[in-house]
Amino acid sequence: MKINKKILGGVAALSAASLVLVGCSSDDGGADPEASGTDTPAESNADAIIRTNGSEPQNPLIPGNTNETGGGKIIDAIFAGLVSYDAEGAASNEVAADIVVEDPQNLTVTLQDGWTFTDGTPVTANSFVDAWNYTANLDNAYYNSYFFEDIEGFSWDEPVEAMSGLEVVDDLTFTIALNKPAADFAQRLGYSAFYPLPEAFFEDPETFGQNPIGNGQYMLAGEDAWQNDVQIELVTNPDYAGTRTPQNGGLTITFYATQDAAYADLLGGNVDVIDGIPDSALAVYEEELGDRAVNQPAAIFQSFTIPERLEHFGMDEEGQLRRQAMSLAINREEITDVIFQGTRTPASDFTSPVVDGWTDSLEGADVLSYDAELAADLWAQADEINPWTGTFQLAYNADGGHQAWVDATVNSIRSTLGIEAEGYPYATFAELREDVTTDVIESAFRTGWQADYPGLYNFLGPLYATNAGSNDGDYSNPEFDALLEEGISTEDGPTRNDLLQQAQEILLQDLPAIPLWYSNVNGGYSEAVSNVVFGWNSVPIYYEITKN
Amino acid sequence: MLRYILRRLLQAIPVFFGTTFLLYFMVFSMPGDPILALFGDRTPNEAVYNSLVEQYNLDEPFIVQYLLYMRDLFTGNLGVTFSGRSVNEVFADAFPVTLMLVTMAVIFEFVLAAVLGLISGLRAGKLSDQFNLVVALVLNSIPAFVAMFFAQYFIALGLGWAPVTVGANATWSTMWLPALTIALTLYVVGMRLMRGSVIESRGADYVRTAYAKGLTSRRVTPVHVARNSLIPVITNTAASFGALIAGTTVTEGIFNIPGIGKVLYDAIIGGQGPTIVSFVTILTVMYIIVNILVDLLYAVLDPRIRYV
Repeated sequence: MKINKKILGGVAALSAASLVLVGCSSDDGGADPEASGTDTPAESNADAIIRTNGSEPQNPLIPGNTNETGGGKIIDAIFAGLVSYDAEGAASNEVAADIVVEDPQNLTVTLQDGWTFTDGTPVTANSFVDAWNYTANLDNAYYNSYFFEDIEGFSWDEPVEAMSGLEVVDDLTFTIALNKPAADFAQRLGYSAFYPLPEAFFEDPETFGQNPIGNGQYMLAGEDAWQNDVQIELVTNPDYAGTRTPQNGGLTITFYATQDAAYADLLGGNVDVIDGIPDSALAVYEEELGDRAVNQPAAIFQSFTIPERLEHFGMDEEGQLRRQAMSLAINREEITDVIFQGTRTPASDFTSPVVDGWTDSLEGADVLSYDAELAADLWAQADEINPWTGTFQLAYNADGGHQAWVDATVNSIRSTLGIEAEGYPYATFAELREDVTTDVIESAFRTGWQADYPGLYNFLGPLYATNAGSNDGDYSNPEFDALLEEGISTEDGPTRNDLLQQAQEILLQDLPAIPLWYSNVNGGYSEAVSNVVFGWNSVPIYYEITKN
Repeated sequence: MLRYILRRLLQAIPVFFGTTFLLYFMVFSMPGDPILALFGDRTPNEAVYNSLVEQYNLDEPFIVQYLLYMRDLFTGNLGVTFSGRSVNEVFADAFPVTLMLVTMAVIFEFVLAAVLGLISGLRAGKLSDQFNLVVALVLNSIPAFVAMFFAQYFIALGLGWAPVTVGANATWSTMWLPALTIALTLYVVGMRLMRGSVIESRGADYVRTAYAKGLTSRRVTPVHVARNSLIPVITNTAASFGALIAGTTVTEGIFNIPGIGKVLYDAIIGGQGPTIVSFVTILTVMYIIVNILVDLLYAVLDPRIRYV
């Protein structure tokens, strides 16, 4: 393989993430077209096209089957869901007029009247229900089908044409019955898997995937708007009925093979906004771009997982002491500073600062700060129970640019605890995931998580609940499960977050994974544009951007 | 001649099967599970996983997958990408761009090699020859991607003489900088060949005879020296054409040129086995054809060579 930054960038994006989310709403001024109109210096610029970076979608442009950032960015621009998220991750209604949570297992959704798809057909309750049923149907094997597993009637064992939990009451009303309490279900509805689909989709999904018909702020500029491997041109949708009205005339998303090329284009003024900075420029981009550089935490949590089945790391006293000692032995501040040039933020919990309810002052969070003395002390206590043998190994995929931090982390562990510790590279991400999923791996391994929707539960439930889909370390703690369950059954937001935080405090004691840091989104914009804000999901909020 | 061409074409058949088989085997034995990788850090549900495995024939044994693939290949169907586009179409979009880039690069390479080689050969040992040599050595020793970054940063960004990236406007005028940069890292071999044969032919009997006939060097140099010396340069340049078609990945990445290299690269990153194999298969065929053409070129240019 040739030396090429894309290897790092591309795979890092794929591995950190599987999903990227919806565009964002905002109630703060930007959403009001008249107010913003006066902010814009020249009237004619309201039609200006914003140029940004992206990558060729890896799947057809169908919301239920898009689980990577390249397609996600486009899908979010051309579709509107029941709710949308603002820059801070707070959800507000978009197509929905009202979402009534009858109880944690039953919701009634009422739609606003007057929404249409760009082919002129109305957005009705059926547009949602049919789309969800299609995505959830096992026969279609859509990537995002798991979003519907909480709905009554969903099955992983046999294809289900129509889930019994979805019931259309009239054109603008439908009800959702869940098979288990999920009080944050309404909060999830802004994710792209929940977008509506027009009838045209069901007639011919393949054609639709190349020329999608949406109901969002933007639409494809024409039949040939998507030039594969080159770019896609979007223009504003005149029939968009929501409040997130674009302040520009459209979006041109250029598909870059490397972040280097995108960055060079930003410097050359050929692209307006980019949401990635190549490794080669991390040290200088803040200097080169000044206040047009963006560096803020993203909804991405990085950690390494120590499976319970490893010798010395069981969920007993010895294992807990060793896990805590490991965590205390890592100098996160120094590694994020030196290795990542400040583009990571040391973790203080298992979620991310961009989600609602996040706090850095959980009980027991001090186990995440560097304390060499305490670490050595706890390690010695564990040795008294059962003397340490062997080498501590941390597995990672060598194609994702992880070697530098893994080496720094194991060095930190080695020097603090006085044990043999080393990185264990896998050639590819696919190879690492195969060994992790099949429980073949006999070492600790790097893990990461990007949120699907901005909620605490999304960082905890899928990863640490007993038998959860992505519980790579096979962690199981009834106490944690109970708090999680109680939290997700609680309708009141603050109380729910409180319970979930209590669950996190158990994680901080057990440390099924050792939290490392939150990834930041790094990006920048040119002098030609203003009002650039990056959303909670690390994607610029395109509709607010104006051209000078 | 005809028999020679036929023989070469027949020889190409085992090469074709050998390379496709090897390729398929290598892609097949790439460690790791491409379906799992599609889901990032999330573990897919078993049912979804199984159905995807089936969809891409990944549950069949290797040899069955290979035969299925060959069957499709001979019916002109190169398969579909994960995004549902036919690989034929992807190739048809990307190939003209790469062809344009490579053609331009090869023309630059040929002109540089011929002109500088001729100067060096005519002034062998003099200052301009030494200077040519040093410059060529420096350029030749710079890795291609460094040269690309350098050209992009200083010439496109700094001086603004060329577009920083190519993107949607892949035309002759937007791609001259990457083409020239490729040429600059490649021309040295051709230049040395030219220099050597210029020196050789200047001492040859027919050149002495030409001068003895009373011709001026103005006539001798282009007609008798340069023309005969160009033969090795032409074949060398033509051979690099084949190599370049498949070797522009780095250039296309840096200048964001939507050609074969970029598409192939995306396919590798995405673990899209069928796309990789199809692309490389086409490139293999083209490489074989270009090589046959180069060999035939010898016969056309050099009357001493006859194929039987």
